[in-house]
Amino acid sequence: MNTASFRRLRGLLRKEFLQILRDPSSLAIAFLLPAVLLLIFGDGVSLDARNVPLALVVERPDTLTASFTGQFERSPYFRPHRFSSIQAAERAMAAREVQGIIWLQSDFTRRAISRGKSPIGVIVNGVDANNARIIEGYLQQVWTTWLVAQARAEGRLSPLPLATEPQVRFNPAVSSRNYLVPGLIAVIMTLTGALLTALVIAREWERGTMEALMVTRVTMREILIAKLIPYFLLGMGGMAASVAITVFLFGVPLRGSLMVLTGASALFMLAALGMGLLISSFARNQFVAGQIAIITTFLPAFILSGFVFDINSMPRAVQIITHIVAARYFVAILQSVFLAGNVWSVILPNAAALAVMAAVFLGAARIVSRKRLD
Amino acid sequence: MWRQVIALVVKELLVVLRNKKSRMVLIGPPLIQLMVFGYAATYDLNNVPIAVHNRDRSATSRDLVARFVGSPTFNLVAMLDSDRQINELIDSRQVQMVLVIDPRFTQRLLKQEPAPVQVIVDGRNSNTALLIIGYANTILSEFALAWDAAHSNPAPPAVLEMRARYNPTLSSRWFIVPGIVAVLTQVVTLLVVGLSVARERETGTFDQLLVTPLRQFDILLGKGLPGLLIGVIEASVIIAAAVWWFDVPLRGGLLPLYLGLVLFVIAVTGVGMMISSLAMTQQQALLGAFLFMVPSIILSGFATPIANMPAWVQYLTLLNPMRYFLVIVRGVFLEGSNLSSLVSQYWPMAMIGVVTLAAAGWLFRRRVL
Repeated sequence: MNTASFRRLRGLLRKEFLQILRDPSSLAIAFLLPAVLLLIFGDGVSLDARNVPLALVVERPDTLTASFTGQFERSPYFRPHRFSSIQAAERAMAAREVQGIIWLQSDFTRRAISRGKSPIGVIVNGVDANNARIIEGYLQQVWTTWLVAQARAEGRLSPLPLATEPQVRFNPAVSSRNYLVPGLIAVIMTLTGALLTALVIAREWERGTMEALMVTRVTMREILIAKLIPYFLLGMGGMAASVAITVFLFGVPLRGSLMVLTGASALFMLAALGMGLLISSFARNQFVAGQIAIITTFLPAFILSGFVFDINSMPRAVQIITHIVAARYFVAILQSVFLAGNVWSVILPNAAALAVMAAVFLGAARIVSRKRLD
Repeated sequence: MWRQVIALVVKELLVVLRNKKSRMVLIGPPLIQLMVFGYAATYDLNNVPIAVHNRDRSATSRDLVARFVGSPTFNLVAMLDSDRQINELIDSRQVQMVLVIDPRFTQRLLKQEPAPVQVIVDGRNSNTALLIIGYANTILSEFALAWDAAHSNPAPPAVLEMRARYNPTLSSRWFIVPGIVAVLTQVVTLLVVGLSVARERETGTFDQLLVTPLRQFDILLGKGLPGLLIGVIEASVIIAAAVWWFDVPLRGGLLPLYLGLVLFVIAVTGVGMMISSLAMTQQQALLGAFLFMVPSIILSGFATPIANMPAWVQYLTLLNPMRYFLVIVRGVFLEGSNLSSLVSQYWPMAMIGVVTLAAAGWLFRRRVL
């Protein structure tokens, strides 16, 4: 790069920085937006069901049913409500007052004593299928605990002859926040990165200032670099704020190194900004640029990145589509770096994919935004 | 008066539909998204890659392994012969679960002592981890009950008989696809409305509109109706796809569904108008739309239940029209809810619509000065 080009670039950079500083909205997007979103979502997004309201219907109470229902009073997962009849409980479920019904029929104890395997009727509201599955899992735990306690009280061996110890690696408390918050960083940074750049070039086209730039000696490469540098710095600043909130406020462990995290974030930021540049040089209209930015960034980063919905569970065709979502690679890196540490077998391939995406998007943006007027 | 309003509506529709790019953006992406997200957004587990370390190597332990291999949930990718491989496979995410069977497994089973089995799960996605443990426990207790029966051990006093109401196979697609109706309707409506005012303001034509004989109310109507129309039409297409393509049962009537839809679109239109009356430029309008949309989707109950949120966030969600509409779509689709059971969801949306539209009308006048 010769001196003239460097001088031009410096002038452009100065203009971009001034524009950012004087328009509070871009500073707000870069710092305030990620922080506020992370604060609200980090607290609000959780898949851990606690205090699930449950209807208990015991048609003929005795000591055996009491020992079973007592398990629910002690469980942190459930908040039991007693109902006198199954009809009343069904009505409560239809009114969404309870999530599930436990139904011990009048012959429960008689059958339990005579032949065993007396049925415990369980009806869960299946509308939220994931929640229903988690509730069923908790119920299974309550049932197992009860069987073991009951056998011990009667001095018998447990009827379940297995001693299972589930061991959850990296997240022994199975707290969904520990994996959702790092994923949220990727979603939020996708937003800010693409949004920042998607708008800036489209704005120049719409205001006609791009044409003014074209008649100067500034090359397209210089324009793009001048757009990239300030927004890259802004984006990394937002990223740092998000990581600080995640670690210090939400107490998510950061087991990998900060270096790896910074490197991966830089690659991801470049990919996100490249995508924004590409969108805006293609759209040339803020309405369309904004539409495309929303459609191609936020929703895919939310749904296709593995942030909440596990990519392994998606149909093969959709799994292939997820490979073009940059957030997917970043979410994988974030979840590993935060919870597991520097797992190179996860980090390297995903970082390589991010680098390729950044190169492709930036290259494509360079090709699309030639000096041309149509 | 009506002729003028209609003229304004037609003009607004033309502005959106005449531009080839914005027409494409309104029609193509929502449909593609419906297809991709409809299949992608699932919590159901299948083909979870697992590894087994069977240190017992007896017919009994092989029977237990066979139960895992036979389950459609799990996909056995490796049989291990040392503990060291476990960490490597889990760390690199090649498997999500490892089943370790203790060498004393059969021996202790025969002595009627608890036989040790270890289930190691990757907790990086805790939801998946919980579901995997749930499935593994089901298989393990089935195995245990079968063992008891075969060796005439005493049966447990009671067993769980679980059924799910409204969604017997617990398919999460039935939960998510109706949710996508709400998400996409909101995105489209918000963009059409939010940007139409800001664009006029930026090009200066909004001032011209204000000096025409059109009253404040007419302008609101003229700007709001196109969003309403486009929103309801898009939503209808998505609802049709949910029913005929994704086979989600539509158990309730169309009246409760469409009443909810219209109220929802009005509320979103109001929010969009308010945003664009506050914004001076299209960039600000877009930002405002984004700032409203992202939290309203994430905190709506679309992907994570509102009941799991802390109390202060739950209060915040009361301002979110999507929260109510999600209950309505899911209620009408899966539970067959009727008008009277959804009243508590209708009126808050109507309130949000009235308040935001009134605020927008008031702001329009103020911002011109």
